[in-house]
Amino acid sequence: MTVQPEELPDLTAAPEAARAELPPEVVAQSLGEYVRAYSSRIRGGESGVLPVIAAMVAIVLVFTAISPNHVFISAGNLVNLFQQAAVFMILAMAEGFALVLGEIDLSVGFVGAIGAAITVQLVQPSTTNWHWIPAIIAGLLACTVFGLIQGTLITRLRLPSFIVTLAGYLIANGIFLDVLLLGPFSGYPNLLGQGNNLAVIYHLMWGTIDPTVSWIAAAVVVVALGLLIWLSDSRRRKSGLVAPPASLSLIKIGMIAVVAAVVVTICDINRANIGTLAGVPWVIPIVVSVLGAWTILFQRTKFGRYMYAIGGNAEAARRAGINVSLIRTLGFGLCSFTAGVAMLLYASLLGGMSNNVGGGQYVLYAVAAAVIGGTSLFGGRGKPIHGVLGGLVIAGIYNGLYLLPQLSSVEWQYIITGLVLLAAVIIDAVSRRGASSGSVTRA
Amino acid sequence: MQSDMAAVANAPATTEPLLKIRELDKHFGPVQALYHVDLDLPSGKVTALCGDNGAGKSVLTKCIAGIYQPDHGQVFWEGHPVHVRSARDASRLGIETVYQDLALADNLDIVQNMFLGRERVRLGLLDEDSMERAAAETLASLRVTTVRSIRQPVASLSGGQRQSVAVAKAVMWNSKLVIMDEPTAALGVVQTRQVLDLIKRLRDRGLAVMVISHNLTDIFEVADRIAVLYLGRLAVQDDASKFDLQTIVEYMTTGGTSRTGGPNTKAS
Repeated sequence: MTVQPEELPDLTAAPEAARAELPPEVVAQSLGEYVRAYSSRIRGGESGVLPVIAAMVAIVLVFTAISPNHVFISAGNLVNLFQQAAVFMILAMAEGFALVLGEIDLSVGFVGAIGAAITVQLVQPSTTNWHWIPAIIAGLLACTVFGLIQGTLITRLRLPSFIVTLAGYLIANGIFLDVLLLGPFSGYPNLLGQGNNLAVIYHLMWGTIDPTVSWIAAAVVVVALGLLIWLSDSRRRKSGLVAPPASLSLIKIGMIAVVAAVVVTICDINRANIGTLAGVPWVIPIVVSVLGAWTILFQRTKFGRYMYAIGGNAEAARRAGINVSLIRTLGFGLCSFTAGVAMLLYASLLGGMSNNVGGGQYVLYAVAAAVIGGTSLFGGRGKPIHGVLGGLVIAGIYNGLYLLPQLSSVEWQYIITGLVLLAAVIIDAVSRRGASSGSVTRA
Repeated sequence: MQSDMAAVANAPATTEPLLKIRELDKHFGPVQALYHVDLDLPSGKVTALCGDNGAGKSVLTKCIAGIYQPDHGQVFWEGHPVHVRSARDASRLGIETVYQDLALADNLDIVQNMFLGRERVRLGLLDEDSMERAAAETLASLRVTTVRSIRQPVASLSGGQRQSVAVAKAVMWNSKLVIMDEPTAALGVVQTRQVLDLIKRLRDRGLAVMVISHNLTDIFEVADRIAVLYLGRLAVQDDASKFDLQTIVEYMTTGGTSRTGGPNTKAS
């Protein structure tokens, strides 16, 4: 587009503020411009994923330095960290549905736990002995129904999601305990006995993929993703649409390849004290699949677009003819569904279900992970990848503190995780204020 | 320019106006908000709707836009009687309203806002490329050229640019009548200029435009026709050239004019 001579420049726009809010990939024509746009954005308070990457580096450096024998950086501990992180990541992606809609769901921990408990109960050979597929479906279905009921109450009766899901948290906690007490397990149904279906659930977290197969699978994923990014970016560049410069597409693909290589390398190191234990745990492809599916849902479908619109300006969405109640209700349903996946992995990690599941604590971890990753508590901003990045940070803290004899007690975990959540919320609020104080027009 | 327009308007009406309202009544409980309102909105003309606070401007707008249902009276669209029962009905006919608060989602970019609720989909996924191309074409045809990138979030736009995006969103859907509620309120001088130019371009494309405004300077600048509401009644509607600042203020405050040779109180 060329500027017409009679078209006066918009003198009233605040150029600094406007630049700060412009995503650098939208305006940059070259890598240099991109770096300049990005740094001006950081100064303007819109820092994107940079703080979370910095936090990760800091966590790795600090805990490696202070953990006994630098055990934090050992392959065994890092794989352990990935497994713990998987639960936080998926729970944070679940919370992402509520947060993007401008709501909150405090019930995710125990609602997910209901689903996990149902699945673990159903596959018990001594009682129902279901096949693992229908057992998982039944568990996730229960979660989804619970979420849809909460969503219906919130949207149809216009109740605040905070209160409805707080009530849901208590109710779900009670139902969860009831489900646990079913059968002859005294409230501790576990996955450690004999039986193929038990084993499948247990191996969601503990099963490993053969190292060679891991490499091939990782290579296939990287090549497929790389081709997808490269082809779509270069097609957009050719047809004159807004697209990042070629060097940036290459850097993006390169980073995906490096992350995949690092993860597979770590997992393929023999981490057993005696014998051999190596390979990528199944949980990693599970997390990647959830991330991929939800990224497509959020970024590339009408449903996702409408969630962002509702979180940004619900009235605008309503006037655009969007069925706001339906989208929000479905959002709460999918939030609870995803929470079910997370807590199923948690059950697998624990090797069973018991009343020790910290459903309340996990909600806070989920919110913290999503917000640390870059999802806004104020609605309309956030992506599934933010849950993954934030989940890694939370797991890093959780795991690192466990390794320190002086700080491994649960009270320190609470305090430090609470402080991290607080820091994330402050960054979110301050960056939002910084962004809005500059632009004149923001309501 | 102004006199040419007047000449066209004075010529015997061979074609029906795009939207014709006859004897429209609307009351809320005991309050008669609109009483026997007759209004014509012809294509290719900017009609300014003026009136003091409480004169019924918003109610009339909402009756046209399908938000309110009139109690009595008839609405003719291209000569045919119609009942606009919802905003959907209105946009199906080709009536789009740009409200004062613009109804844009700050967190979405320009393309996403322009297609909100009517996204193009290919194989179940959003067809971003085709939407971006269409949005760029519409903005270019309206000569909205000050935005740096149509992929920037609406939060980063100035007030005038936001207004332009809201208008572009409205005209994108083959609309024939665009209603704008206070389009220049809260805008600076340069931005007001941009928006008024944009309104003229809509007219030049043959759209009917109805502008609701308190700003008489803007009205005289952009309007071909002026209609004044006074306490729920249409006090006057005529070509803009028949009015001056004083008569229009008189109509707005008293419903009539003391001067002779003013515009007709009953429109042609």
